[in-house]
Amino acid sequence: MVVLENLRIALAALRANGMRSLLTTLGIVIGVAAVVAVVSVVQGLQHLATNVFEGVGANFLQVEVNQDRQRGPGLIAKQLKLTAEDAQAVREQVPGIRFFTRVAAGIAKVKYADRRHQPGSVMGVDESYQDVMNHAVDRGRFLSRLDLENHRKVAVIGPKIVDKLKLGGQPLGKEIYVGNLPVIVIGVMETKGQTLGTDLDDRVFLPFGTAVELFGRAAADRVEIDLQAATTAQVDAVRAAVRRLLRRRHRLAVGRPDDFRIIVQDELLKQITGFLSGVTAVVGGVVAISLLVGGIGIMNVMLVSVTERTREIGVRKAVGARRRDILLQFLIEAVALSLAGGVVGLALGYGLGALVVAVVPAHLPAAHVPLWAIALSFGFSAAVGIFFGIYPAGKAARLDPIEALRYE
Amino acid sequence: MPALIELADVYKIYDMGAEKVHALNGIDLLLDRGEYVAIMGASGSGKSTLMNLLGCLDTPTSGSYRLNGVAVEELDDSQLAAIRNKEIGFVFQTFNLLPRTDALHNVELPLIYAGMPRRERRERASHALERVGLADRMHHNPNELSGGQRQRVAIARALVNAPSLLLADEPTGNLDSATSVEIMELFDQLHAGGNTVVLVTHEPDIAAHAWRRVNLRDGMVLSDVASARTAAAPPAASPTPATPATAASPEVNAG
Repeated sequence: MVVLENLRIALAALRANGMRSLLTTLGIVIGVAAVVAVVSVVQGLQHLATNVFEGVGANFLQVEVNQDRQRGPGLIAKQLKLTAEDAQAVREQVPGIRFFTRVAAGIAKVKYADRRHQPGSVMGVDESYQDVMNHAVDRGRFLSRLDLENHRKVAVIGPKIVDKLKLGGQPLGKEIYVGNLPVIVIGVMETKGQTLGTDLDDRVFLPFGTAVELFGRAAADRVEIDLQAATTAQVDAVRAAVRRLLRRRHRLAVGRPDDFRIIVQDELLKQITGFLSGVTAVVGGVVAISLLVGGIGIMNVMLVSVTERTREIGVRKAVGARRRDILLQFLIEAVALSLAGGVVGLALGYGLGALVVAVVPAHLPAAHVPLWAIALSFGFSAAVGIFFGIYPAGKAARLDPIEALRYE
Repeated sequence: MPALIELADVYKIYDMGAEKVHALNGIDLLLDRGEYVAIMGASGSGKSTLMNLLGCLDTPTSGSYRLNGVAVEELDDSQLAAIRNKEIGFVFQTFNLLPRTDALHNVELPLIYAGMPRRERRERASHALERVGLADRMHHNPNELSGGQRQRVAIARALVNAPSLLLADEPTGNLDSATSVEIMELFDQLHAGGNTVVLVTHEPDIAAHAWRRVNLRDGMVLSDVASARTAAAPPAASPTPATPATAASPEVNAG
């Protein structure tokens, strides 16, 4: 109850010195705003990353050439391979695979009439790509088995390509050029948005064989294999079987490291999360400094406040306030001051995060402030208030009532 | 029942570095419930120090002070605070009200530290303001009140906890003479109502309201006189003529 009363007194005192209180808390405001803004953007990204990979599911595996090994200790940097034949072997010999696709990616311009565009990537894939990646066609159809077998000159394109080439409302059936290869658009993928700088809508899908003809044999020697295990329980078994098979095919002696890499969804998530945590930690350091500065500001203004109100402290002591009552009063005032800064900072940071998302041209996900960040901001503000308020409050509590009453 | 206040051989010595200042030099004083006492003396006589001691804002360097039978010199800081809260009501020359805080809340202040629930507090505080004639000024801040009204608020604050002792330090020092008369009449009423009142003043006019006058000089009791009014209508407790404890003083007038 005394706490409640003290809170009332504290708020009245802060109101009475509105401008001073505002300037004092600026350090806290900036600190909290910074942490909330960054956390909201980073968390939004993470949220999205999680969503994207939840989209492909926990059963997803990706096999690719291990680029780290290419710069390995050998005298001659060997051109590592993961060939279409390797992929074929995986498909035929590894049990427990539900969906499977090879991916041969390359770079080529697309062209329609006088419009040219450089897509994010041109990918030669198998017909079950859309099942593996859980990415469906919006209009028309996806590549079929017949398209694959006959190396047909057809393409499924992302919605961004439709925009860039101005294919209009009826893109299906139009003939576009991919590099110097004329292909017929047979489908448009559904919009998937961006993730971590990759625009999933800025892609062209060709039948695998067609892509190899376009890019040459090298593309078939360096493929990526994406697959879905039949069940989550089988992911590890599939991974082990793929590894055994590829080691045997690549004739890797016992003890030599893999020249390929198998990534499961967990690890992808871990990598992204790790990167984002790094960013968060750096920002955390910056925030710690600004909270320190803010805290010193609070200590300063509380010392001024104690001096100004020496007489008030004397009166309170004369009518029966104990040391701890006075201590509590000024401590609560300091905490109220820094918490007010925290609230303003939270609002400002949230606004800033939303602004960044709105202004930055890349399609960042909506700012997302997790509850823990709010709790953390308030916790930190309160801790700063207590830490930097204890000295001025202690000074007030120790004042001699007679001296205090005499103070002019 | 012990006397309300028993000072026995009280010294207060301030160590001012080079020299020691003897603010109180062996004071003996007995004060009963219901008394109306003026403590007088020139500046430097020790009357402020004595008031601080009586008000439990300070403790004696040596000697003993019993308030209601409690040995004050043995109490720690928070026990002293509790005594000030429950037993003492201070009235200051400069009113010492909290600025930007309305009259009601100023009067509530001692009750807050007594831990009284809000509703009861409000009731007691508004009742105290009614007693000093400020029922219609409860929600005015001190800067909206006249000097006399401010001192009335301060008196209401001093009264609100029903203390054993009202301690007023030059209560009219900042007031014009007409207002001073009003305030002193209020003290007279409070005394008549059974309150024990101790005034610290250097003005004989003010001291004349009291029933007993204690004169201090150089930290010692110079005289302790009961005024003629003592014989009139005694308040609840019997007024005290010279007591044995004051016999040590050089001049004792048993009036």
